[in-house]
Amino acid sequence: MKLGLDPAVVRKARELAARAAEPVIEMAKTHTTVSVERAVLRLAGVTGADADGIPWVNRIVDAVRDQVGLEHGVALPFFAAGNWRSMNFEMPTGAARDLALMRAREAVGRGVARIDRSRADRDRLLDKHGDPEKPWIYLIVATGDIYEDIPQAQAAAREGADVIAVIRSTGQSLLDYVPEGATRQGYAGTYATQENFRLMRAALDEVSGELGRYVRLTNYASGLCMPEIATLAGLERLDMMLNDCMYGIIFRDINPRRTFIDQRFSRQIHARAGIVINTGEDNYLTTADAIDAAHTVVASQLLNERFGHEAGLADGQLGLGHAFEINPQVPDSFRLELAHAQLVRELFPAAPLKYMPPTKHMTGNIFAGYLLDAFFNLAGLMTGQSIILIGMMTEGIHTPWLSDRDLALENVRYVRRAAGDLSDDFLPGPFIRDRAARVLSETVDLLHRVADDGLLDAIADGVFGVTKRPSDRGRGLDGVIEKADDYVNPATEILEAAP
Amino acid sequence: MTVETLKQIIRPYGDTTGDAMIQVSFTLPVPHGPRAELAALQLAGKMGLSPASVVHSKAMGPDFTFFIVYGKATHLIDYAGIEVPEGREFELLTPAEVNAAVKASLGRRLVVVGACIGTDAHTVGIDAILNVKGFAGEKGLEYYREIEVHNMGAQVAVDELVDRAKSVNADAVLVSQVVTQKSAHIHNTKQMAAAFTEAYPTSLTGGLGRPLLIVGGPRFDTVTPSDLGVDRVFGKGTTPGEVASYLVHALVRE
Repeated sequence: MKLGLDPAVVRKARELAARAAEPVIEMAKTHTTVSVERAVLRLAGVTGADADGIPWVNRIVDAVRDQVGLEHGVALPFFAAGNWRSMNFEMPTGAARDLALMRAREAVGRGVARIDRSRADRDRLLDKHGDPEKPWIYLIVATGDIYEDIPQAQAAAREGADVIAVIRSTGQSLLDYVPEGATRQGYAGTYATQENFRLMRAALDEVSGELGRYVRLTNYASGLCMPEIATLAGLERLDMMLNDCMYGIIFRDINPRRTFIDQRFSRQIHARAGIVINTGEDNYLTTADAIDAAHTVVASQLLNERFGHEAGLADGQLGLGHAFEINPQVPDSFRLELAHAQLVRELFPAAPLKYMPPTKHMTGNIFAGYLLDAFFNLAGLMTGQSIILIGMMTEGIHTPWLSDRDLALENVRYVRRAAGDLSDDFLPGPFIRDRAARVLSETVDLLHRVADDGLLDAIADGVFGVTKRPSDRGRGLDGVIEKADDYVNPATEILEAAP
Repeated sequence: MTVETLKQIIRPYGDTTGDAMIQVSFTLPVPHGPRAELAALQLAGKMGLSPASVVHSKAMGPDFTFFIVYGKATHLIDYAGIEVPEGREFELLTPAEVNAAVKASLGRRLVVVGACIGTDAHTVGIDAILNVKGFAGEKGLEYYREIEVHNMGAQVAVDELVDRAKSVNADAVLVSQVVTQKSAHIHNTKQMAAAFTEAYPTSLTGGLGRPLLIVGGPRFDTVTPSDLGVDRVFGKGTTPGEVASYLVHALVRE
């Protein structure tokens, strides 16, 4: 611990985060959403879509909602139906209810068992191929066509990427269904579908064998379908998932209540699947100033840690996010970046922190951008970050070209070779220590206010990312349902049972 | 004076006047090696670089090679024949001046509706212009007392946008388009302009019978407002103050 942070202040920050999170956790426990219910069906093995491409899970949940209501959960009406394709549902009672409950538990149990097998497969492959040393090099592919993504991802892995993220088609987070099948057309990214997950994981398994190191696969759960995408990721052995409802709230205007409920369930699934989540605090700094808003990043990380633990995630699964976004024209910008990065490292020593490269201050001057990315790489190594997203010098100009990615990897390889263990020699002086202490104390002040006023009100007031998002506005609110006393969710039963 | 003397021939400048040296980098989908370098040189030649030399070539996997090439540009530019592009057609005003101008001439708040249309979910641009936070140290339009802002956010359908513009009696509609794959930004903007023309059949022009249509995004540099059917296009780096000043210029009549 190099910063000499006051343990009493750190403890206080965690207490306040827990207090601020509590009412939201309670709300998430007492409500369900259409996407949570669809995820239950997916775990129970319902796949495919109708002739119009509407997934069956959507058709079923909508029909149950119309005919029975969702406040009891989708499981019992679904498993009580003789032939669900007739789309006639009712709430079973007596012996029929007992039978439906037994069937539901069996079917969902088989789904969870599949997730368990995927997790065991990952452990086996990590043993067989080897787990790369940290920091893991995280690289993005985003062609829109899964069959174009695959060779690019394999090429990136051969060039040194430890983690491949397939960026989703823009706006998928706002779709209230998960598309089906292998997809070849997307906008600035490729749709997250179960089949695309499967294809890419198989391709990376192939290249992992060739390289003798396990190459991880990342996708994005955040959005209106967090629970379902999390489920598909667990089934298809993805390794990391972007999972942060604040991203949806602030950047996609998704209703805060809807997405907090979805987030809890999806994180329970990730916990079971052994998936590392990535949180999106880095995003705040693309709208807010990276110096003024540094404490909002730390406050959000502490909240995410609490929400994650409550959902069953271990410290080793908390890929808390932060970013190198200070304006390079500001004097001492690099020292400030080091202070922020080291603060996060010391607050969350066991978390696989994800460090994001500069985007906001990348200009059309690709040469200056390449230099800035090198400083970012250096900061990441000096402060012991766990997952480093590789910056592209053409950030903000176009989606990365093959050569952009190659040059970016050359950049990080050089910095790692030249200064990989520099953290051993890096002892911050008073400037960095004071800055870290100040950000921490501002974090405590903010968490005080959030705990007193309520997290949802803080979000409504624009505390995070400067954007105001009231809890009665935004997309997806109509998909929120308060649970009835007889609500049944066999997935939650299994996931919340003591391990 | 003869026509001859009006010309001003220029060449790229490396370190000596007239050396015409430039540098390019590119990738060819061929394995690295001497044959690939010859291919790179041939391309350089066809691009008008002669002589050219490959100063760097590197294999990117088994099937691709990256090149950095220096060469002498054989093309000449007559600088005298290049017209000075028109500058900003409006005067840059401070927020206080914008507020005063709106108040004095409209006698009510100027109403702006903003959105990202089509599949585009990137609200960064529209938020930078509209949110109080603003951009590049300038506060967004929400900060202007005399401007009423309705930010509809991402993935707004064109008919929703038209409906909202009508219901709030918008003076101006601001649309941001970031995603450019398959020219989505051009297509979406034209569609939007057509919908407004149809919804306001009697309008004479932007601000007269229909809202002023303004589009912004990083990749509109190859098109003109009339190509798109809008009143004004703003490019990368536009600040809220520029947009506010333009609104006053276009809508507030002395």
